[in-house]
Amino acid sequence: MLGTLQPPRTLSRFPLYLTSRPVTLCTLTAQSPPSTSPAHSQILSIRHSLLTRQVTAAQLAESYLSRLRLTEPHLKSFLHVSDSDAVLRQAALLDQRIAGGEDVGPLAGVVVGVKDNICTADMPSTGGSRVLEGYRPAYDATAVRKIKELGGIVVGKTNLDEFGMGSTTEASAFQVTANPWDVSRVPGGSSGGSAAAVSARQCVVSLGSDTGGSVRQPASFCGVVGLKPTYGRVSRYGLMAYASSLDVIGCFGSSVADTGILLHAISGHDRLDATSSKREVPDFASQFASINLLESKPLKGLRVGVIRETLDEGVDAGVISAIRGAASHLEELGCSVTEISLPSFSLGLPAYYILASSESSSNLSRYDGVRYGNQAVADELNSLYGDSRAKGFGPEVKMRILMGTYGLSAGYYDAYYKRAQQVRTIIRKSFKTALDENDILISPAAPSAAYKIGEKIDDPLAMYAGDIMTVNVNLAGLPALVLPCGFVEGGKVGLPVGLQMIGAAFDEEKLLKVGHIFEQTLQNCRFVPPLIEDDTAW
Amino acid sequence: MMASTIFRSIQNHPLLLYQTALFRRKNGVFYCTMKSTEAQTATQEKQKPPLPKIMKQTKTSDKFSKDYEAVIGIETHVQLNTLTKAFCGCPYNYGSPPNTSVCPICMGLPGALPVLNSKVIELAVKVGLALNSKLSLNSKFDRKQYFYPDLPKGYQISQFDVPIASGGYIDLDLPVEFGGGHRRFGITRVHMEEDAGKLLHSENGSYSQVDLNRAGVPLLEIVSEPDMRTGIEAAEYAAELQRLVRYLGVSNGNMQEGSLRCDVNVSVRPIGQAQFGTKVEIKNLNSFSSVSRAIDFEISRQVLLHSQGQGDQITQETRLWEEGAQKTVTMRKKEGLADYRYFPEPDLPGVILTKEYVNSILDSLPELPEVKRRRYEKMGLSMQDVLFLANDVNVAEFFDATIAKGADVKLAANWIMGDIAAYMKNEKLTINEIKLIPQELAELIASIKGGTISGKIGKEILFELLAKGGTVKGLIKEKDLVQIVDPVEIEKIVDKVLSENPKQLEQYRGGKTKLQGYFAGQVMKLSKGKANPGLLNKILLEKLNAQS
Repeated sequence: MLGTLQPPRTLSRFPLYLTSRPVTLCTLTAQSPPSTSPAHSQILSIRHSLLTRQVTAAQLAESYLSRLRLTEPHLKSFLHVSDSDAVLRQAALLDQRIAGGEDVGPLAGVVVGVKDNICTADMPSTGGSRVLEGYRPAYDATAVRKIKELGGIVVGKTNLDEFGMGSTTEASAFQVTANPWDVSRVPGGSSGGSAAAVSARQCVVSLGSDTGGSVRQPASFCGVVGLKPTYGRVSRYGLMAYASSLDVIGCFGSSVADTGILLHAISGHDRLDATSSKREVPDFASQFASINLLESKPLKGLRVGVIRETLDEGVDAGVISAIRGAASHLEELGCSVTEISLPSFSLGLPAYYILASSESSSNLSRYDGVRYGNQAVADELNSLYGDSRAKGFGPEVKMRILMGTYGLSAGYYDAYYKRAQQVRTIIRKSFKTALDENDILISPAAPSAAYKIGEKIDDPLAMYAGDIMTVNVNLAGLPALVLPCGFVEGGKVGLPVGLQMIGAAFDEEKLLKVGHIFEQTLQNCRFVPPLIEDDTAW
Repeated sequence: MMASTIFRSIQNHPLLLYQTALFRRKNGVFYCTMKSTEAQTATQEKQKPPLPKIMKQTKTSDKFSKDYEAVIGIETHVQLNTLTKAFCGCPYNYGSPPNTSVCPICMGLPGALPVLNSKVIELAVKVGLALNSKLSLNSKFDRKQYFYPDLPKGYQISQFDVPIASGGYIDLDLPVEFGGGHRRFGITRVHMEEDAGKLLHSENGSYSQVDLNRAGVPLLEIVSEPDMRTGIEAAEYAAELQRLVRYLGVSNGNMQEGSLRCDVNVSVRPIGQAQFGTKVEIKNLNSFSSVSRAIDFEISRQVLLHSQGQGDQITQETRLWEEGAQKTVTMRKKEGLADYRYFPEPDLPGVILTKEYVNSILDSLPELPEVKRRRYEKMGLSMQDVLFLANDVNVAEFFDATIAKGADVKLAANWIMGDIAAYMKNEKLTINEIKLIPQELAELIASIKGGTISGKIGKEILFELLAKGGTVKGLIKEKDLVQIVDPVEIEKIVDKVLSENPKQLEQYRGGKTKLQGYFAGQVMKLSKGKANPGLLNKILLEKLNAQS
């Protein structure tokens, strides 16, 4: 325990040097070091160490692998871990190229976790479902291909709620992932494995997918940075579809810069995805070095809207307090912060569950046992379908298929699917208006911090309600960045709380800039979970 | 990847289960017939010998049929001849070994996404315009959902409430041998969709295999208004659609390969009744004649039931045309309306057509069959000739090119419909495969008309040109075939023949004037066929009758 920071039992954290509030709010334990150094980009420092030959890619990979081996029994964040020889071979290859003075990509030596609903050609991809147990795709998803081309090393496939349907990873067909901050708690979901893996530094960055908050909510629960890009920014090719009009591949990192660099690596038009945007991808990465933090008001003039409806009843007081603290922090940085109202906000949840379930009922039709995956033994065709799917899908997936099938059925379509689409249009418009008047909108990423494993497993409505903060953003197709901004009581040392920043479509650049400055100026908060607190590297 | 996917566990209960399972799919008729790929048309088919009367009921119902009227509508699926499939880069070649033209997208692998081949839009717009339809400048794709092993994604990408084209009509002329007459049949809609794969069933029926080569191949579904009243009208409608897509070059329209498939809806009602009768759908129609015969059979069946007061026994069902037995049999009864749970395809952006785009395609359309027929008619050709020439786009183009070189219209038509067509038929060649080119046919016709060669020599040259090519002038020169039109020269030959046949000359002059033909033949033979027949006969007669 020596030499590590103990997150305090106060409800939120404020930057020390900017805040006018009493310093005592950020109580430090006696043992804590004086250092308040903020999160730094692991990707940039890896690059620096590799190119200056301070360390080899093989050494780096080995250190991640050994930490992974050590922590994995507690966390179970991976459904499949790459063969360590193969990982080390890739690293050694990079070392050879570096030694030979060759150019290596910006992700050279970066160990990446990939959510298991994203296809990888050389390892199993199950989507967390029994129906695809043992399935090995014929191809790499575009995002994975790009990561590999830029030198990234895929270290394994992370756990998730089956096909992304869930908020805890408890709906995985194979295992439940634990939260590194308190292993009795859920890491969030559905990208819980990817969030936990980054939080516990089992990998440098990871890919998740976000249909209704599946990157942002686990980022909040696990105290890491999660980025949900604009719909169309990243190719969905190779992402097992849950709800096609909402799904995006997103990024996890332990710093804003890392998520930005990863996003840059995987962004851009893909001729294999007709919904991917042809917009140019700005160089998100270059700005992280150049931001002048010496300026006293680096975000002067930035208009920030706090979404009133997200700080209402049903949201934990500690979370509200942390978000209000983050708002004050932004004010200190020069932002003009106002409270705004999105009257359509509460409509998002029912609309989301109708649309997502409807699309999923269609998208999951292909898992029929005919061409791949588990096939039931049956006497005739209907049993073949029925049994393969009955045995292959878990209860949460079945429930959503049933809901979606109902919502699309003749006679119900207008009342459900069509109406939900109309709500979606209203939500999109109200966000547009709010983002015309504000540069970014902020809210919590979830109404609470991580809860106990099993706590909501029998209460799907309570679990669905937890998505209230995030689903509207998917319905509107907007980008959102979640980054840790404080703590609430819980676990051994407190539980992290994530701040959600929502930007205008394709304006990830602004979110990353604001997020980076916020993170770099947030003092005395290190979001390193107790599970690895003895690891001196952190 | 998988060379062939097998699902072993489907047991094949020979009669009932197997059939119902096999044909559960709405659009699913499996075309396995392997006949000659020779282009066939409704008109040509009619030259086949009439099929034996199979059913007694046809005769019985004949006397009632005048009291009833049939109402027929057709859904046609046309396979578009794009280089690659509708939503992926796989090529499609009919008859390739199973699962050799597949990829993650058309196999419906997890994570794969469709991307529209823009050529599909272009061809759909062409057909929409050619059918005089209204194009939707903003249309979209939808998912039509049902489970079947040949449907890899569990849904078919199709168009539901906003088809790319709606309304419209098609004009056609009924064949003369069926009384002729012009018809205009309404088109309800044209929409784009993807084809499904095929199931291949093992001989003992213990398992079935899935071939996904055809999965994702672009189709146009063309739905007609219920405007047809007889089997012939329906068959001619289908034949005209085939003609249209071939003229447009959007499909090979081959029914045997399944590139053009017709599902027919037939109902019968007492004449004068406004309300439609209960409709029956007929599938498995692999030729125009089966379309015609299946409908006529079905009309008779329904009329008979009506006339016996058993009209209520006509239920809404899908019936299968059995080519061998020449009858329709129940395939499946409708179990209420199928719910395909259509919703907009979220993986594909909307289909937006600009007016400029539509206009550019409109400008590029070729002359269509109806316009061509009207033009030929105005040129003075008989309807028989018009229908023959305009039936096949390549024949029509050959004819047009020939007359563009100045050939006489009627003569050109006669040559094409006569000796050239006979040659093509004997040699099993298409007009594009013969060696004769339109310019030479025009030259040939001109040479005969101008008297350079005789019609008989012309025929000889024609077969030479058909088989080996070359030019008329070259052949005439090479074979020294120029007609002898010099009277002096012909007179010499006549004199020679007369002097060599004194006996016959005597007989002729003794009154056996029929011998004129004999002399003419001898002269022609001696001139190696080159003597101008008119001159020959004139001089010969003069000489024969000279000293009597």
